[in-house]
Amino acid sequence: MSQTDAAAMEMHSATGLPNRKVLMWAFIGSECMLFGSLIIVYMVYRGKSLVGPYPSDLLNIPFITVTTFVLLMSSLMMVLALSAVQRGDMKWGKIWLFMTALLGMVFLGGQVYEFSHFVHEGLTLKTNLFGGSFFLLTGTHGAHVAVGVLWLLSLVFMAQRGKLTQANAETVEIAGLYWHFVDVVWIVLFTLIYLLV
Amino acid sequence: MAVTSESPSTSAGHAHEGTYAGGLLSWITTVDHKRIGVMYGVSAFFFFLVGGLEALLIRLQLGSAENTLIDPDLYNQLFTMHGTTMVFLAIMPLSAAFFNFIVPLQIGARDVAFPRLNAFSFWVFFLGALFMNASFLFGGAPDAGWFGYANLTSTQYSPGMRVDFWVIGLLVLGVSSIAAALNFIVTIINLRCEGMTLMRMPLFTWMTLITSFLLVMAFPAITVGLVLLMFDRMFGTLFFNPMAGGDVLLWQHLFWIFGHPEVYILLLPGLGIVSEVIPVFSRKPLFGYAFVVYSGILIAFLGFGVWAHHMFAVGLGPVANTVFSAATMLIAIPTGVKIFNWIATLWGGSLRLRTPLYFALGFIAMFIIGGLSGVMHASAPTDLQQTDTYFIVAHIHYVLFGGVMFALFAGMYYWIPKVTGRMMSERLGKAHFWMMIISFNLTFFPQHFLGLHGMPRRTFTYESGLGFEAMNLMSTVGAMLLGASMLIFIWNVLATLKKGAPAGNDPWEASTLEWSIASPPPHYNFRVLPAVGGRDPLWAEDLTEAVPGDDPSTPEPHMPGPSYFPFATAVGILVLAGGGLTLTLPVVFVGVALILFGIYGWAFQPLEH
Amino acid sequence: MALLVVATFALGACGGPFPQSALDPASDFAWKLQDLFEGIFFWAVVVFVLVEGALIIAIVRFRERPGGPEPKATHGNTLLEIAWTLAPAIVLVLIAIPTIKTIWDVDRPARGESLVVEAVGHQWWWEFRYPDLGIVTANELHIPVGQQIDVRLTSADVIHSFWFPRLGGKRDVIPGHENQIWFTADSAGLYLGQCAEFCGLSHALMKMELVAESPADFEAWVERQLADAVVTDSVSFAEGTQAFMRGGCIACHAIRGTVAQGVIGPDLTHVGSRRRIAGGILDNTPENMERWIRDSRGIKPGSLMIVPELDDETMSLIVEYLQNLK
Repeated sequence: MSQTDAAAMEMHSATGLPNRKVLMWAFIGSECMLFGSLIIVYMVYRGKSLVGPYPSDLLNIPFITVTTFVLLMSSLMMVLALSAVQRGDMKWGKIWLFMTALLGMVFLGGQVYEFSHFVHEGLTLKTNLFGGSFFLLTGTHGAHVAVGVLWLLSLVFMAQRGKLTQANAETVEIAGLYWHFVDVVWIVLFTLIYLLV
Repeated sequence: MAVTSESPSTSAGHAHEGTYAGGLLSWITTVDHKRIGVMYGVSAFFFFLVGGLEALLIRLQLGSAENTLIDPDLYNQLFTMHGTTMVFLAIMPLSAAFFNFIVPLQIGARDVAFPRLNAFSFWVFFLGALFMNASFLFGGAPDAGWFGYANLTSTQYSPGMRVDFWVIGLLVLGVSSIAAALNFIVTIINLRCEGMTLMRMPLFTWMTLITSFLLVMAFPAITVGLVLLMFDRMFGTLFFNPMAGGDVLLWQHLFWIFGHPEVYILLLPGLGIVSEVIPVFSRKPLFGYAFVVYSGILIAFLGFGVWAHHMFAVGLGPVANTVFSAATMLIAIPTGVKIFNWIATLWGGSLRLRTPLYFALGFIAMFIIGGLSGVMHASAPTDLQQTDTYFIVAHIHYVLFGGVMFALFAGMYYWIPKVTGRMMSERLGKAHFWMMIISFNLTFFPQHFLGLHGMPRRTFTYESGLGFEAMNLMSTVGAMLLGASMLIFIWNVLATLKKGAPAGNDPWEASTLEWSIASPPPHYNFRVLPAVGGRDPLWAEDLTEAVPGDDPSTPEPHMPGPSYFPFATAVGILVLAGGGLTLTLPVVFVGVALILFGIYGWAFQPLEH
Repeated sequence: MALLVVATFALGACGGPFPQSALDPASDFAWKLQDLFEGIFFWAVVVFVLVEGALIIAIVRFRERPGGPEPKATHGNTLLEIAWTLAPAIVLVLIAIPTIKTIWDVDRPARGESLVVEAVGHQWWWEFRYPDLGIVTANELHIPVGQQIDVRLTSADVIHSFWFPRLGGKRDVIPGHENQIWFTADSAGLYLGQCAEFCGLSHALMKMELVAESPADFEAWVERQLADAVVTDSVSFAEGTQAFMRGGCIACHAIRGTVAQGVIGPDLTHVGSRRRIAGGILDNTPENMERWIRDSRGIKPGSLMIVPELDDETMSLIVEYLQNLK
């Protein structure tokens, strides 16, 4: 008995869009509301901290501009990775996927550095409203990046074992959707937190 | 004769002999939407009884003035858990039971888009429900209300673990709901059979789709609120600390931005069920299908714009109060016109007065009352008298019990023959209905007056001499009878399972695809996927391709095999929750490890192994 | 049907009288809300009768008749559907207009001459201050009839809600926020109030009373409140004073004119003159006062009042002292 019907379940799609892609888009919709709510919290509490340190004391725009650029470049790597896998070029597919993850890790490294610097300067979750809302918002974003990195490295691992082929380009595309979303969220956060100080 | 080749490693659980055959392991590892639906239904009904028991205790305490049966500490736990249980552990999963069992059948599919995700959603719900109720054994259940207003929920005013159980329990249940909703969105969008355009879908499926969108868009707001509260309680952040500049109203906004769509999440499935039952038992199609669909969509959109009508006494100012009053009145329109559509469906029909129709009609009658009291508090100034009183308690029970629960019972009486293959007793069904509707009104109608005469809600007692005694006593007597009426239903179900007459494919002469196959359906649902040419396929013979029932000449479709990874991941979440609750890092790590194990195993397990 | 409506109203009168009823307005604010409510209620009854009536007629008229014709499969009627969308919309506009008018009429700062009262919600009692008169008291509010009262509301701990149903709607008291509510009482009398936002263990036991009196009576009350604690000449009063001051009570309570300046609990300067004690739940008698002091947590779970074990003699001295503080 072949894969017919369960696979048919997978392939029969009233819209022509693969199930997992629709799932990812719906999930991204939900995530927009999640980040939206966190952003609202940050914006509501902007300027309301009773004690310092305050954003202007700590936010290092040049540094974060660099890490933002790194994250943006990682999205480019992701595009290249998908393109390679869709062509069947698994060698470059692996490389670009790895590069995406690597740049993501660099970004995370930058976040860790920034966080520990802030803590050193006296800003923790409990110090004031800025500390709480800043760490929660950027921390949630960072956690999303970390999950993405884990996902990408898993894909690299799968490709290494020969389990990722041109036939599952869709898997890479969906990971790409997630990754780009996380990047777009960062652009919004960067603008609201750093550029609108 | 076709033979399906099953992998021997999955010996536990291929229900060739029957849709529900198999031991405990087969149920834990099942990914069949029908079994998952049954599990949701049974669990939800159990928690409905738990929530009902909590209500009965509340009513016993309030039966007389200055009663000392139940002390305020226990009382506050009871009313908190009553609300939380009924909303999250009874009504939502009961709706989920119907989504699960019925929607794939109605759209002519063999299962949902992601069967393992579906199983995962159930187990997370079930374990989350156990987690939440375990609080009774570990220091007391949550006691700050189902709405948990800050800053009463801070560690200062709510020490101990009770509120932590609530926060973490709800976060866990949120995971379940969002996962299920995502699944149904993809299922309904993608797995419709050939010819079934969106505007040919059964109404119940439409309402499921809209509800699912509401779920994924509304839950994140409460997720954020709960995380803020959790951080305040566990890590000392200042989000809801007025001494440090925090604003307790932020909680209310986040909660109600979720909370109002949530009531439509509770309501829309019921509206969908009634929209199925009324046409079938009137023997004519739903009047104004398109209007009913569009009004559902409109309700969902508008539902996000009315949240602050829960905050009219907070002092948001005249602009906000005007906007939210107007928006709330606006949303009454799409909600109300559906009633006219149903009445127009009945009008000119040939009404078969069977139990499902009784409950659907009861729904309409009670929902009208609940809707009208709702319009009264849509007006911000009059709400200043009504909010936080028993007038609101009356309203919510008229819409959620007189409304949603009656609709869900209509669904149960309508679809239990499909689920079990047996017909229920009409006599017992009607007895249940009459006892329920009379005692329901006896319980809740007096509460309108109690509220207007000055009785606030969430009070464990009231002073004598304020005029509250007579109506509270009426309400308590009604509640006892209401509880008793459930026994009739349970007896009916048990008798049905034991000796109900065989239902056949289509005992109600209904119009939608689930009635074209056996009762209960074979585990693959449709041997040949149907194709339709219009709405109400079974009536207009719009099935362009015959659905041959269980025509043995077609090979039996190969269905996804069982999997224990969804259950394992759900257990991981439970462990993580326990670790989070007690802030024990090793337990957190074990939970995370189990989740990762579950997810990776799931990702690498082929669907049809 | 008519019977049902009549029965409804009869039910509403079941078990009266209702001294705390929102349906018995006694202030300008309360009347505005009542008038609006009556208008909305009228439309609600109309809609109820029409729609439930249509439902019942449909059920009765279109019951399945054996041998009857197959129903016509009507799918809809756009004109009809538009009509029954517009009709409720119109009714709602008729409700919305007076609603919005009333919102802008009541949701604004008090206009004109007012007597300002500051109400602070505590778990589970109310602190009342008259900033312009220099009075601090608790749980029992006095106001002159016919004078606009401007109540400024806040909370010392969690969210509570200030509500005297006969005098108008409620307003939440929120820590970190100041809210406002105003009203003018029509007539003299005793008005009952209760906290209307769940605030913990003894939420149900957080009550307050408002005495509206003639301007002359109000002035007299103000004068008595402004005076320092009453002192009488008896020996037992003196001993009672001593017992109170030494008994730890001054950590939380204030009695003007003495060393007791605590702010955590209600001001007791004139506690003897109040109708009720313990946050409006016990009549002010010596027996109740003793019960309350001995067992506040039994009477009001969660109460913060911790009293050391007192022997009977000391207790009665303290009670007598407090009862005399009129």
